[in-house]
Amino acid sequence: MPRTKIGVSTVKHLAWLTRIDLTDKEAREISKQLSRILEYFNKIDEVDTSGVEPLYHPLEMQKVARSDEPAPFPADEILKIVPSKKGRYVKAPKIV
Amino acid sequence: MAKIDLKNARRLAEMVKAGEVSAVEAVEASLSKIRELDDKINAFITVCSERALAAAEELDSRLKRSEQVGPLCGVPVAVKDVISTAGIETTCGSKMLKGYIPPYDATVVAKLKEAGAIIVGKTNTDEFAMGSTTEFSAFGPTKNPCDLSRVAGGSSGGSGAAVAAGMVPLALGSDTGGSVRCPAAFCGVVGLKPTYGAVSRYGLISYANSLEQIGPLASNVDDCALLYSCISGWDPMDSTSYRDRPKEAAPLREGAKIAVPKEFFGEGVEEAVSRRVWRGLDALRDRGFIIEEVSLRSLNYALPAYYIVAMAEASSNLARFDGIRYGLHLKSGFRDWNTYFSRCRAEGFGPEVKRRILLGTFILSAGYYGVYYLKAQKIRNILKSEFQQIFSRYDLIAGPTMPTTPFKIGERVEDPLLMYLIDVNTVPPNLTGHPAISVPVHREGELPVGLQLIAPYFCEERLFQAAKIVEESLRR
Repeated sequence: MPRTKIGVSTVKHLAWLTRIDLTDKEAREISKQLSRILEYFNKIDEVDTSGVEPLYHPLEMQKVARSDEPAPFPADEILKIVPSKKGRYVKAPKIV
Repeated sequence: MAKIDLKNARRLAEMVKAGEVSAVEAVEASLSKIRELDDKINAFITVCSERALAAAEELDSRLKRSEQVGPLCGVPVAVKDVISTAGIETTCGSKMLKGYIPPYDATVVAKLKEAGAIIVGKTNTDEFAMGSTTEFSAFGPTKNPCDLSRVAGGSSGGSGAAVAAGMVPLALGSDTGGSVRCPAAFCGVVGLKPTYGAVSRYGLISYANSLEQIGPLASNVDDCALLYSCISGWDPMDSTSYRDRPKEAAPLREGAKIAVPKEFFGEGVEEAVSRRVWRGLDALRDRGFIIEEVSLRSLNYALPAYYIVAMAEASSNLARFDGIRYGLHLKSGFRDWNTYFSRCRAEGFGPEVKRRILLGTFILSAGYYGVYYLKAQKIRNILKSEFQQIFSRYDLIAGPTMPTTPFKIGERVEDPLLMYLIDVNTVPPNLTGHPAISVPVHREGELPVGLQLIAPYFCEERLFQAAKIVEESLRR
């Protein structure tokens, strides 16, 4: 069933899932905005799509298999863009 | 020195090749125009003067050695800042990628260089190409060169404005739901969204993979066609680029038929827009084309279906920005990964990007996937069938590119839905993959209006042919 509202608690849950910190004020504002957009999206419910296949990709896909040959990219070039590192390692916060 | 016309790429390339002007002079002309105008217009995020002049010098010495140079010989080109350029900062108009310098060139950028073009800078865009006015850029809005109080369109607004103001003859944009055609229409230039798969997306920082294509913007139809010919083609680095493209259909002849869906002139279309679009269609009729009104019944559902698909794909694509491997990095000591990640993404992304990530995630969540995402993809199929039915009887489809003339900066930016609604006529070809062009139909002194022409798959030549007729009719 289509939904008509995205409440503040749903917004906060989505913010957690997507790892975007939101203040309470932002969450309230976004809840209003998303609810209004969703209400507009619900218009698609009027269309009878029974028996219609979904179209995930506009044109037919072609075969793209190629021989499995590595094409290495110089690691030093990539390390240049890392903002924080130790030696040749990327520095990141603790995971566990 | 011969006079340099920065609104004619083809002519400029010929002049550089013939030695009438040097590539350095061509690039200097462009850079000086940027210095003169861009404080006001804000079309560029990065201008790479030194790099461009060095490339131009190298090109000039190649010409001196009588080496072969491609069709864009010495032509200054601007590239939208969502397209990767090796050694040149690529921000996507976002704080999230401030300072990010890609280690490789997008395929289209490599192709530009091969063709002899000189990249003079990176153009402003709505953050991650999400917007229709360039007001969602973290680097401030781009102003419309025809009236600085008005929007330039978006998301490739910087590219549209740079071409319209004569800062560069050619620019690249990307078009996910109209982002090349909208600024083309609003700034009064020509812009093409190619057939899906005609141009490699390798190096285009992804927003919605199944919808987007890189496309050319130019001051005239011939230059647009020239740039398209230089960037299109199969690329092993993009598995969705087309290897065995069908042979181009025969050119349009007298009596070719153009379908005009009446829904393209629906609610919200300004009267001035309709009038000028019909002026363009009348020019085609005068040249022997048959113009007939048809119905595109699912058009009203294309816009919500488009935004559902685009947001779903965006939420997945933008998960990669973690503030660890490149771009934005927060200094102070965060103890754990989740806190760091969440703070970084809160600071790095602007409001529209956040909305699309959050709603896209909702749309894909259990219980709603079928109601929104799957349903939207089915509507996409219905729309494609409708297009195919029309193309079985007609050679082209036409209508207004944008429902309005360029409006004032700030007029719609506070209301996300109001902003989405102006994309109503541009999103269908992104959902179906068809090529579409926007060509100006206003006269000097009027606010810009674009006529949109849509063709069957890989029939870009037809678009150029018809657009050129419209262009010539306005010069008379």
